[in-house]
Amino acid sequence: MLEVKNLKVFYGAINALKDISFNLDEGEIVALIGANGAGKSTTLNTISGIIRPVSGKIKYKDQDLTKISPPQIVQMGIVQVPEGRKIFTRMTVYENLEMGAYTIHDKTRVKNNIDKVFSIFPRLEERQRQMGGTLSGGEQQMLAIGRALMADPLLLLMDEPSMGLAPLLVEQIFEVIQNINQQGVSILLVEQNANMALSIADRAYVLETGQVALSGDAEELLKNPIVKESYLGG
Amino acid sequence: MIKKFQNLNITWGTALRYIAGIIVVIYLLWRILQTTSIQGSYGPDTWMRFLITGLVIGGIYSLIAIGYTLVYGILFMINFAHGEVMMLGTFAGYFVLEAFAAISAPGSGNQNMSLLNTYPVAALVITFFVGASVSALIGYLLEKIAYRPLRGAQRLIPLISAIGASIFLQNAAQLLFGPQRRQYTNPDILWRGTGWMIPVGDKSVMLTYTGTFSFILSMLLMAGLLILVKKTRLGKSMRAVAENKQAAALMGIDVDAVISKTFIISGFLAGAAGVMWGIHNGLFNHYVGFIPGIKAFTAAVLGGVGNIPGAMVGGMLLGLLESLGPAILGIDFQLKDVIAFTILILVLIFRPSGLLGETLKEDKV
Repeated sequence: MLEVKNLKVFYGAINALKDISFNLDEGEIVALIGANGAGKSTTLNTISGIIRPVSGKIKYKDQDLTKISPPQIVQMGIVQVPEGRKIFTRMTVYENLEMGAYTIHDKTRVKNNIDKVFSIFPRLEERQRQMGGTLSGGEQQMLAIGRALMADPLLLLMDEPSMGLAPLLVEQIFEVIQNINQQGVSILLVEQNANMALSIADRAYVLETGQVALSGDAEELLKNPIVKESYLGG
Repeated sequence: MIKKFQNLNITWGTALRYIAGIIVVIYLLWRILQTTSIQGSYGPDTWMRFLITGLVIGGIYSLIAIGYTLVYGILFMINFAHGEVMMLGTFAGYFVLEAFAAISAPGSGNQNMSLLNTYPVAALVITFFVGASVSALIGYLLEKIAYRPLRGAQRLIPLISAIGASIFLQNAAQLLFGPQRRQYTNPDILWRGTGWMIPVGDKSVMLTYTGTFSFILSMLLMAGLLILVKKTRLGKSMRAVAENKQAAALMGIDVDAVISKTFIISGFLAGAAGVMWGIHNGLFNHYVGFIPGIKAFTAAVLGGVGNIPGAMVGGMLLGLLESLGPAILGIDFQLKDVIAFTILILVLIFRPSGLLGETLKEDKV
């Protein structure tokens, strides 16, 4: 479904991605794990088209995403839940969801999607008139995920969904991610919480300073002594 | 005592600022008391006249101030060429009215009856639409040519570009249209200096047609803008882009297109204000945008730059302070500009976030 090949990205003079290659098949949950600065978020933003690579290809359904604009990428079904949630704090919950469906012009479809999101996150329905900024951290993460679901994604790019959340909430969010996946949405998951990520992923890639250091089945990686040592807290 | 000071975190600088502020306020109150109750130099009719002038000019300031605020809200830059965008609207409106006045109405049988006075309402609608559209186009081009290539540069750089664009537009207008002062040809129904006489006390005050018209139109345009920003897809995308460009782009919003449209809307309102200025005041030349531009900037800062209702309130307030201020303080009327810029300085010192503005987070300052 998605094939990233020899991706190379510069931030000014800094070589953020040196050489990243990986692939994701339809219906999979693939995790990218690694330390801060390994290039995980950069990879997602390059797929979303808001950062352009120096070289390399991102193939999605036989098209090269590196030549396609961010709005078109969203329309093709690749939607990102950004790091730190980045919900619109001065817009209502409802308006945030409407923004998620910005690429959809059919009003009844937007309404249906809002109902769908409200059925997944009843809390958002209760707070639909509230400003995004007044939500708690967990609710903001729900809103960020709900907002991404509004665009009818086929592939969801999730950047650190567990960040800053209490352990109980993290588990809830990961359950939701699994449910979304079971409904046919493929997921590319970036996480520092490697334990959690590997427990729900099918496969995973370990990034280190802009390169893929390790890859394999999630279960195998969980047992891998190097991964255990470096990312799972020994 | 000294310990308490330390606990309150007051430095000598802030203490000095507040002492200076208190002195200014006491002095102003003393002047106000003196002129209003002790001297009683103005009757109620005069105050009424000042009030009307303030409301009319305030509406114009508000419309221009919205342009500063919309652009600041999205790009965090002050578009110092905004006054020139207004000026070109004044010129465009002038030429449209001239054209209407020059053509005699077909079929009226009277050679002296111009198109302007046969169809005054249609002529005015077209004049405002053309004036506002020309300014909208200038705003759009300004962003494309002078600001877009500098996106991502240090924040001082687009500011310098804005000042350069302002000088360029002013000089271009002078070269194209000449330096002489021109006078707006209004249709007869909206002739300057005519209006309703309102009795105030034993005297009467004129409520001019042009002033009333300007005020109502500016209110309607502002109401329209508020609805646009609150309710429409474009307005929502503008708010989304203003808050977080990256998140907006990830939703599939074309950020550059939204920025262009913001400049178009800002220019449109400034152009309408420019035509109002011409219709209400009559005389203008290529400098016409300079003072209203800076005043409107002051109004935007007063209301809290980046805040749309703030720009509206700031504009009205500045218009009123400027027209009532000299009388209240008992100073020369030529000093009204001094009042406006004193307000700017006081706001910047004591409340940089403006009256309605929130304290800005670091990423926006």
